Amino acid sequence: MKVLVPIKRVIDYNVKVRVKPDHSNVDLANTKMAINPFCEIAIEEAVRLKEAGIATEVIAISIGDKSCQEQLRTALALGADRAIQIETNENLDALNIAKLLQKVVEEEQPQLVILGKQSIDSDNNQTGQMLAALTGMPQGTFASEVKFIDDKVNVTREVDGGLQTVALNLPAIVTTDLRLNEPRYASLPNIMKAKRKPLVVRPAADFGIDLSPRTKLLKVTPPAERKAGVMVKSIDELIDKLRNEAKVIS
Amino acid sequence: MSILVIVEHDNSSLKAETLKTVGAAQKIGGDITLLVAGLNCQDVVDAAAKVNGVNKVIVCDNVVYEHQLAENLSLLVTELASDYEHILATALTTGKNFMPRVAALLDVAQISDIIDVESSDTFIRPIYAGNAIATVQSLDNKKVITVRTTGFDAVATDGNAEVVKLDTVTDAGISSHVSDELTVSERPDLGAATVIISGGRGMQNGDNFKLLEGIADKLGAAIGASRAAVDAGFVPNDMQVGQTGKIVAPDLYIAVGISGAIQHLAGMKDSKVIVAINKDPEAPIFQVADYGIVADLFDALPELESKL
Repeated sequence: MKVLVPIKRVIDYNVKVRVKPDHSNVDLANTKMAINPFCEIAIEEAVRLKEAGIATEVIAISIGDKSCQEQLRTALALGADRAIQIETNENLDALNIAKLLQKVVEEEQPQLVILGKQSIDSDNNQTGQMLAALTGMPQGTFASEVKFIDDKVNVTREVDGGLQTVALNLPAIVTTDLRLNEPRYASLPNIMKAKRKPLVVRPAADFGIDLSPRTKLLKVTPPAERKAGVMVKSIDELIDKLRNEAKVIS
Repeated sequence: MSILVIVEHDNSSLKAETLKTVGAAQKIGGDITLLVAGLNCQDVVDAAAKVNGVNKVIVCDNVVYEHQLAENLSLLVTELASDYEHILATALTTGKNFMPRVAALLDVAQISDIIDVESSDTFIRPIYAGNAIATVQSLDNKKVITVRTTGFDAVATDGNAEVVKLDTVTDAGISSHVSDELTVSERPDLGAATVIISGGRGMQNGDNFKLLEGIADKLGAAIGASRAAVDAGFVPNDMQVGQTGKIVAPDLYIAVGISGAIQHLAGMKDSKVIVAINKDPEAPIFQVADYGIVADLFDALPELESKL
């Protein structure tokens, strides 16, 4: 079974983003970048499926400029077999990302596509579901467990009230939640080996899709700052403040 | 303009967050229709008909919608979509699951997690865990939107809308529901609570979360947790408040033993009043707290409970 893992290069999750002074966007110049944490969990899950003898090949794919090859090499070091970069300098809407991935799904015919549930930059939480719609596949989003039973995949999902398990026909789309697994670190020998694994670069324009933008980013501003609070000395003072100043308890 | 709002429910009650999504729809402006898709969901329909500012409630009561499977529900919404310029759902796990599927089937972008409406095609939404706020214009003729409820006021429920039953059945036949494992709690939902008390890694273990319960009972509060506490296995993930957990904005948020990582702040910093209890005076949580107290939580919590 072939498994496709689309991944995204994003700001490192420990870095607090800055907004550009002209409010045109955030400033990512000289910022530490990494694989989106949810995508890392997706790679880990695919590699574990391969180690368990369920997956036969793991293909990592990323859409972006040359710099995302760095994240693809990391995916290869973590255990992916080969990588595809769809090259574009545009910042594409999730719908257009899903359309490009749809083409790759048609070519590669994977039985499973595992994606992160959301990227920590745009916080959209859309691509997996959109890819599922375009390919007509069922989706198991926000997965905390993925189990193959007969010819179906059972996905346990993190939902508001607890957990929900659904059974999906294959091929299927899974998006990862944080508790699905704990990703490994790439070992030095595997980082060296990854340099020799195949990485194919394909221009986005070659896929013959209308990639014109569907949204326009008009402005990016910093969030409203909370005004500085006060430190209280005792629980009595705290209760007094909450009761008589903030009036949030009776 | 016409707006379709998909009702968030569990077949027995309408989730309070839907009232805020209708608030967002009113801010966009237009005739508002609600869709209730479920099984044996008459109580939800009755509640939906009372939501203010709503013209019509469409009901699809069929077994294929019982668990709101994205594959089936998205087909239904897509089928109804031609009558509406805006389609809105609440940005909770159900809406987040099926709405992008609707958008892709309609070949339009989705605008996720809006916190404000600037005009009928321009919306405000947080990005980078709320560390930046984007103003985004949709260039599509149809807008598919999920609404973060912390940004909008709930509408009242003394209306009387017309109810229309549809027997449309859209069964994709590619997925099925196996089981639910839902957390049973006497306390209010995190999304609906006016007071929330949350514990972090400082709680040290799951048993110590009992220290929060007495306070929660006295304040009528929901109990939450930081990702650190969830990752450490203290409590289940549905208690997680943060960028990838629940986004809350209660009147009072009490953070106990939570350092204040940006991912946690993203989930609670719009709360009206924030209290931080932490023994580390340098903890970043104090920078967003209205009232901070540097104390050992194992002393502070029993004292707080006894004095409330």
